[in-house]
Amino acid sequence: MSQTQQQIEANRRRYEELRAAGQELTPKGLPEPTALNGAPISPDAVLQKEHVPPGWYTTMRLRRGEALRIVDDTGRSSVSLIGWREEDTSERINCADTVKVQWSAAIGKGRVILSDMGRVFVSLIEDSSGAHDLLVGGSTPASALAAFGTATRNTQENFLAAASKLGLDVRDISPCVTFFAPVSLDEAGRFGWREGRKRPGDFVDLRAEMNIIIVASNCPHPLDPARPAASAPVTLIKHRAAAARVDDPCRTGSAEAARAFVFTDRLFA
Amino acid sequence: MSHPDTSGAVYICDIPSERPWSRVLEQGQTLRIIDSEGQQAVDALLYGAEDKSERYSSQDTLRVQGSAYIELGTRLISNKGRVMARITADTCGRHDTSAGCCSCESNAVRFGEATKFQHACRENFILELSKHGLTKRDIVSNLNFFMNVPIDPSGKFTVVDGISAPGNYVDVTAEMDVLFVISNCPQVNNPCNGFNPTPIRVVVRDAPGL
Repeated sequence: MSQTQQQIEANRRRYEELRAAGQELTPKGLPEPTALNGAPISPDAVLQKEHVPPGWYTTMRLRRGEALRIVDDTGRSSVSLIGWREEDTSERINCADTVKVQWSAAIGKGRVILSDMGRVFVSLIEDSSGAHDLLVGGSTPASALAAFGTATRNTQENFLAAASKLGLDVRDISPCVTFFAPVSLDEAGRFGWREGRKRPGDFVDLRAEMNIIIVASNCPHPLDPARPAASAPVTLIKHRAAAARVDDPCRTGSAEAARAFVFTDRLFA
Repeated sequence: MSHPDTSGAVYICDIPSERPWSRVLEQGQTLRIIDSEGQQAVDALLYGAEDKSERYSSQDTLRVQGSAYIELGTRLISNKGRVMARITADTCGRHDTSAGCCSCESNAVRFGEATKFQHACRENFILELSKHGLTKRDIVSNLNFFMNVPIDPSGKFTVVDGISAPGNYVDVTAEMDVLFVISNCPQVNNPCNGFNPTPIRVVVRDAPGL
């Protein structure tokens, strides 16, 4: 269908308005990173707590409104995450839509991670780090062998094992988000690793906006230069969080996020 | 419309604007994708022809390459760590693999609910993949040939005007037998197609010496 000049101009105008809002206005309104001691969880709110050793993974189910805290206790670990909607596992996190829709590959407090169905999978309601990777992905047998000179546990095989235990398989493994992975990008597009951006106790709180199953893999990010691998246990805490109110910063952060929340709410209307 | 030389082609097809296409490329064959009228994004997925659970992986491709854009020499890596294909010629110079494909659902989030009922790449992919026994579940983060998506050091991520001129092409040489799937992108809400989708041409050649 050929577009008229008028349609082309109108669509370009709208695109430029959305871009200006998304890249100039939205970032100014985002909350500051959470302080390391800035969001204690009341013991009453804790539903489940798990320590994941280096190289290992765990699977958790979260109901809408529950949150997952992931803590890099030593400041030496990275945690790669994939996940599905519980009622229909063909709906899963979508890194591409997450960065494209929010006009940014830098995801932090106040941002959302989207599913492939235009809905909010989780919201980053707390985040002390702001150094997360959605472009490079997790370790694989080949990347781990190249890094450490020996076959080691890795995120790709962890995801496969976890998926299999849920009746899913390799077809269900999407690109992942890796938390506490300060990947940098230079002007030429080369990836690097920003030293000094990781601290013991860094954490994120991911609030589930639908009923979800997640897999978290505690393996060194492929760009982490530490040799030998320095990763240590990480702590996962499932806890009760307040549901996203109409004035929730993750919901009101951008017009795109607001729409994605509206579409998500319809699942539960 | 401008087209480079098509001599030696074993297959030529003009893909109309907004339409999908697929074909098995044998190891050694080269697919030339020609942006016939310029500024046209071409979304693409690759699957192993024998074992379709092996498929293109954007994150593995970027990790192996160490940089964020698809260009001459890029090896397209599968989810099993193998090289599925290589970029062996490129007269455009800039292609994306981080922005994914457009869908009715993401369009509604990005551009408002009225755009939900516009044709989108994921509709194309679902229909084309269904011919090969694959479903939405098999759609992974794809390649976007001729799509210009600079990511700046602060993370700013923008689909900007394409830089491909009429007749620009990219050659993809298969390193294994692959099912190559294309959606000639129907998006009218961002600059990836100059807000006006146009046809493309694909040309397949055998390996030199065959």
